[in-house]
Formats: sequence, C-alpha cells, structure tokens
Amino acid sequence: MALDAASFSLARGEVHGLLGENGAGKSTLMHVAFGMVTPDEGDMLVRGSPVRFRNPRDAKRAGIGMVHQHFTSVPELTVAENLWLAAGRFGDSAGRPDGPTAANPAGRLRARLWQGLSPTARVSDLPVGAKQRLEILQALATGAEVLLLDEPTAVLAPPETAELLALLREYAAAGGAAVLITHKLTEVFSAVDRVTVLRGGRVQLTGLVADQTVPGLTAAMVGSSDLEPTLPDPGELGPVLVRVGDLTVRGGEIIGIAAVEGNGQRELLRRLAGVAPAQGAEVTGPVAFIPEDRTTEGLIPAFSLTENLVLGLPEDPRWRRGPLLDWRAAAARMGQLVGEFSIRAPGPASPAGTLSGGNQQKVVFARALEAKPQVIVAENPTRGLDVHATWFVDERLRRAALDGAAVIVYSTDLDEVLSIATRVVVVNRHRLLPVPSGTSRETIGAMMLGAQS
Amino acid sequence: MTALSRLRAPIGAVVLGLGILAAGLTLLGYDAGAALAALGRGAFGSWYAVTSATLVRAVPLIVIGLGIAISFRAGALNIGAEGQFAAGAMAATAAALAVGRWPAIAAVPAVLVAGAVGGAAWVAIPVVLRARYRVQEVISTLLLNFVADALVSFMVQGPLQESKRIYPQSDPIAAAARLPLVPGTRLHLGFFLAIVLVGVVAVIFSRTIWGFRLKAVGEAPLAAVVTGRIDVDRTVAGALLWSGALAGLAGALEVSGVTYALFQNLSPGYGFTAIAVALIARLDPIAILIAGLGFGALEAGAAGMQRDAGVPAVAVSVVQATIIVVALLTIARARLGRGEAAA
Repeated sequence: MALDAASFSLARGEVHGLLGENGAGKSTLMHVAFGMVTPDEGDMLVRGSPVRFRNPRDAKRAGIGMVHQHFTSVPELTVAENLWLAAGRFGDSAGRPDGPTAANPAGRLRARLWQGLSPTARVSDLPVGAKQRLEILQALATGAEVLLLDEPTAVLAPPETAELLALLREYAAAGGAAVLITHKLTEVFSAVDRVTVLRGGRVQLTGLVADQTVPGLTAAMVGSSDLEPTLPDPGELGPVLVRVGDLTVRGGEIIGIAAVEGNGQRELLRRLAGVAPAQGAEVTGPVAFIPEDRTTEGLIPAFSLTENLVLGLPEDPRWRRGPLLDWRAAAARMGQLVGEFSIRAPGPASPAGTLSGGNQQKVVFARALEAKPQVIVAENPTRGLDVHATWFVDERLRRAALDGAAVIVYSTDLDEVLSIATRVVVVNRHRLLPVPSGTSRETIGAMMLGAQS
Repeated sequence: MTALSRLRAPIGAVVLGLGILAAGLTLLGYDAGAALAALGRGAFGSWYAVTSATLVRAVPLIVIGLGIAISFRAGALNIGAEGQFAAGAMAATAAALAVGRWPAIAAVPAVLVAGAVGGAAWVAIPVVLRARYRVQEVISTLLLNFVADALVSFMVQGPLQESKRIYPQSDPIAAAARLPLVPGTRLHLGFFLAIVLVGVVAVIFSRTIWGFRLKAVGEAPLAAVVTGRIDVDRTVAGALLWSGALAGLAGALEVSGVTYALFQNLSPGYGFTAIAVALIARLDPIAILIAGLGFGALEAGAAGMQRDAGVPAVAVSVVQATIIVVALLTIARARLGRGEAAA
C-alpha cells in the first residue's frame, strides 16, 4: 500500500511543501490528485465540489497541472510544438508568448516563464533550467490554477532553483496554488507556506512552515526508532579490507550507506566493486557486487541459472578448462546451490527470467558467495523484495560479516541501513560523512539532506 | 530443441513458397509443372547437379552464414558480408597471382589466409569507426558493400586487370593456387572445409568461454559488463573481425575453387542470402549447414529452371522470400512466447 488514509489540502494562494523519504508516498499522492492513480477509497474535492478523476485529462479540465519528476517534453520538437502537444484540445492559447495574457495566475506566470525561451528552439538544445521552465509551461498550457511539482529542483543548479521558487511565490500571490515535492529543507524554509510530511504512506505532520524546525521535520520524515547502530567490539574485527578517502572498513564490519538518491553513493559502490574505475579506492581480496537491478545488471533473464552462475564466475576452476567450459560441472554446482539456498526453480536449466524477484536475488547471492568474497558491496539489495526475501538478504549479509568479510550496503530505506549496519556513513554530494555511534536518527536524516554536517 | 525440429517451419515455408511460385507461373502462362520439375532437376537431378551445382553454391552461404552467426550472436549486425566477400576475393586473387610458382601445399593456404585477412581488414573499418566514433556497424558495414563493389571494379580495370588488358577481369590464377576438386565434379575442397568450420563454430558456441561471452554481450550488454566483467567493445570487435574473416575466406574459396579469376559481380548476393540463412537457422551452426544446403539447392535449381523451362531464375527469389518471411515470423513468435514466460 503506497498511501494509507493520507489526507491533504491545498488553499488558493499558497505554496505547499510535501516532504518524505523515497517511497513515502509523495509522488503517489500527487498522482492521485492528477488522476493518474485511482485510490481504493477516499474522496477528493476541488473548489468545494466532489470530483472523481479517471485520468489526467479530467484533472486538467479541473484546472490542475503537473510537472513530473522526469522531463516529459519531446527533445526532437520545438518549444512551441511541445506546448501544442501539451495543450491538446483544452488549450486556451497553447501558451504562445504573444497570446492573450489572461488575468489568471497561469497567464501571469506564463509571461515570466517565457523569458529567455524561444518558441522555435529545439528542446534538445535547451539548457536544463529552460527545459524545466518548459515543463511548467506545459503544465500551465491548459490554464491550470493548481500546479503539482514533483521534485522540480532536483535537476537544477542553485541559481535556477532560486528563480523557480521565486516564480512559484508569484504564482501563488496571483491566486494560484502549488504543491512542491522536495528533499531539500532549505527550499521548504525559503519558499513554502505550509508543509506536509509523509512517511510510509501516512501523514506524519502538517502545518505552517513558520511553526517548524529542522529537527522536527527530519524526525517526522525518518521517524524515531529504537534501532540504534551498534558497534561491535573492535577486537573482533579483521584487517582493513577497504580504504576510500577517510573511510576504512575492516573484516566483520557492515557499513551502511545512508544517502538521498543522486548524491554519488552509486558511483562510490561501483568504484569499490571494481565495476567503475577505482579512483583511489583500495580494496583487498575478492569482491562480490550485488547490483540494484537484478534483471538488467545482475542476471541475464534469458540465460539459464547455470549460465548466470558462469557469467559471474567465468574463471572458476571447477568449470573452466583453459578456453573451454565444462557445463556439466557448472550445472551440477548450480543444482546444489538451488537446494542450499532453497531457490524455487525447476532446476539449474530454468531461465533466470522465469523466477520471482526474491528467488532471482537468491541466485545473485548464491553466486556472490561462491567467490568466497572478502568484500561484499550491495546496492539496494532488498529492492522490490517481500518480507521473507528481505530477511534472507539481511541474514546472508550478516553471516558473511561474521565470517570475516567487509560488507558495504546501501539502501534507500534508512530503517534497513540502521538495522543492519554496524557503522553508518552518510554520502551527501559525493562527500563521505562518518556517523558517530549513538547519533540519533534525526541527525542522520539531517546529514543526508545536507542541512547539517 | 534439435536443429532439425527448428527447421520444421522453414520446410513448411519451402512448400508454401513453391506453391506460390507455381501459382504465379501458372497465372503468367508458364507450365508450372515443367518449371518445378526443371527446378528439381537443376538441384538434385543428377550426381553432377548435386555436387557441382547445389553443394558448390552452398559453400559460400554456409561459410558466410557462420560468420554472420558469430557477429549477430554478439549483437553486432554485420550487414556487410557482401563487401567482405569481395575484399577477400580481391586479396585472394592478388595472393594467388603472386604465389603462382609455389607448390600447391603452400600456395592454397596462402590464398585462403589472404582472403580471410582481406575480409577482416574490410570489416576493420567499421570496427574502428564503432570504437572511436560510435558509428553503428549496421550502417557502416552496409555502406562499405558499395565501396567494395567499386573497388573491385577499379581493380579489374587497373592493378589486377588481365595482362591482355581487354576484359575487366584478372588473369586466371595458377593451377597451384586452385583448390583440389572431387574427380568428375566441380565440387572443391572448400565444401569439406565448410563442414569442418561448422563443427568448429558449433564447439566455439557451445563449449568455449569466448562463445559464451559473445552470447552474454549480445543478450544483455549491461549484465555482461557489471556481472560478467566482459569488455564489450573488445568482444564485439573480435566478433566482427572473425565474421569478416569468414566472409573473406568465402571470397577466397570462390576465386580459388570456382571462378579461378576475379571479375565484377563475383557474388550473386551471397553476402545477403547468407544473412537469411543464418537468421532462419537461428544462428545455430548445424542448422546453418542445413539451411545453406537448402538455399544452395534453390539457387542451383533456379539456374536449371531458366535453362530448361525458360523461366527467369529470379522467380526463385519468391521461394526464398517466402522462406525468410515465414522463418522470421516463427522466430518472432518464439520470442514473444519467451517474453510472456519471463514476465
């Protein structure tokens, strides 16, 4: 369930900040408001009257526009052509710069957004800030009085962000209303009137920004938990196996990486795993990498389980004979692994694509542990897995650490990071920030957001 | 699935294609029965027809088809076998003219190696373009076919033209550089070499780490890099070079086993037909052997049909086209089925 009894209101003339961790339900809530997702229950009122949106077209007709997380303009077309597409048959004037500037908020904002945009420019030639302005113009092309913006500043540089936020303030002042989804607390405090925090699909907090504090908002976002990272006795730890910047990892440690998406944590993991150039990262001994995307990076779905085993361990002497491969030996080993890891598959010859996500991840883990790795790098290893499979993954990572491996695990779920890690490191804007043991969840959350360091 | 059961649909396609051909010929006023009989005789009517027409024409289709299979398996779409065949034929002719005084035991291998090197050199251009400038090989290999054609035209009117300087063709190559024939037929050593190559490529695909890497790169380049730690660029380059080498070898076999000289339009489109052969065989070497023999029979039969029944040989392309369409539909359906199973 992405949303659970979440209620939300937006008033004319306000910019409303919507906060929450990845997967908290922010986008889903806005997709409901824009008619992209139909809720199982609950109702929606626009200007006091009940509405039921079957699709975004209904929402546009009701005066709601949405700026999506990813660009929706067609790069090969011009600015004007994209606006024409966006307006469709509901457009008032397709937002032309010389069109009648209505006295509504959309008209005013449009005039401002056009600055520096040429109708005949090809979208692929535009800088990213101009592309984002075009996205807003597209959302306004149907004369929207309500704008829903899903992380519009994620791709923008600070000056562009400041400009966008100023435009939103003007839009609200002219009688519009906007929802701003963001991860950045500074934006909330500089541009927002009211704020709502979602966590696990529930509303944790809603109120005037003037009444909020950074720790209060962070606590609402990440929640409080008794699970504190525990540092094992340093005497039990093995030798240093990983060294990157100021961070050293010893055998037996599980380093949890906490980071907001796009702060360089993935690049870091790939440097450690040897998939990307090391750039100063030093890793001792065999490394196993658990990539986030099982079906495009970890496994080849059309290949059998045996072939996938060999894909990850091509040099294993059990089946490698010079330039030749002994498939019978590899299939025999894969058959054993199917049993040992209780992988639900008819046998080692089954294509990996026919397995469920949890069983695919078991194959990835079985293969990773076959290499007897001294270092395990796992990228969001429980993504999309159910409770049982998640437990399996955490259990295997713990057991590997107990056996003396250095484990580095990144998860978008802070709870998971805190529950499994013996030590937490925050990655913020490509910087590694060690988290002292006993640091509160709220402080870690603030570090992830770059509000404190 | 065995190679034979994979060919079930193509066999149905042959029957369908022959039916369409017969219907078309009847509509156009030909005696369809006589034409089909002539087709059959041309391909299988005698020991001579089988060995000297069908098998001889199958050789380049099989050898080029194996090369196509190598490159397609790695996901590299080499559409330039026709040009690589021509480059191989040129290199082989030049080598054959140079080594005419060597003993056959040395001259023949030298000619064949020259052909393979020529074909690989021709595909090396797309390989470099792809590695340096990300030019898609499907475009560059295709376009280089036309360049190769022009180059042959230049060669047979320039550096490689016969010493009498009358016709646009090379001098005949020396006997020592010609492939031995099966007595009483035109079947040359190249046919047996093709069968050996089928076995070699089959082993490469099923049993070697290189064959496995080719398949991984072709199937999922991202997983090949992240999990397999495979150098995708290098693997694709290797696949393309070997693919070109085999096409070039086919060109050398044609010059040293069939024509004994270089001239324009040496290939009646072998490089393109071989793509169809490889595709309907689903890149399986054994199936390529069977499909190559089938297409060889059709080409041989077409010549017989033209000679004996007065039906233009090109009419047989109806049968070939039907086979290709049906085979590709079968493959697409199999792919869809696999996708459903995976979802």
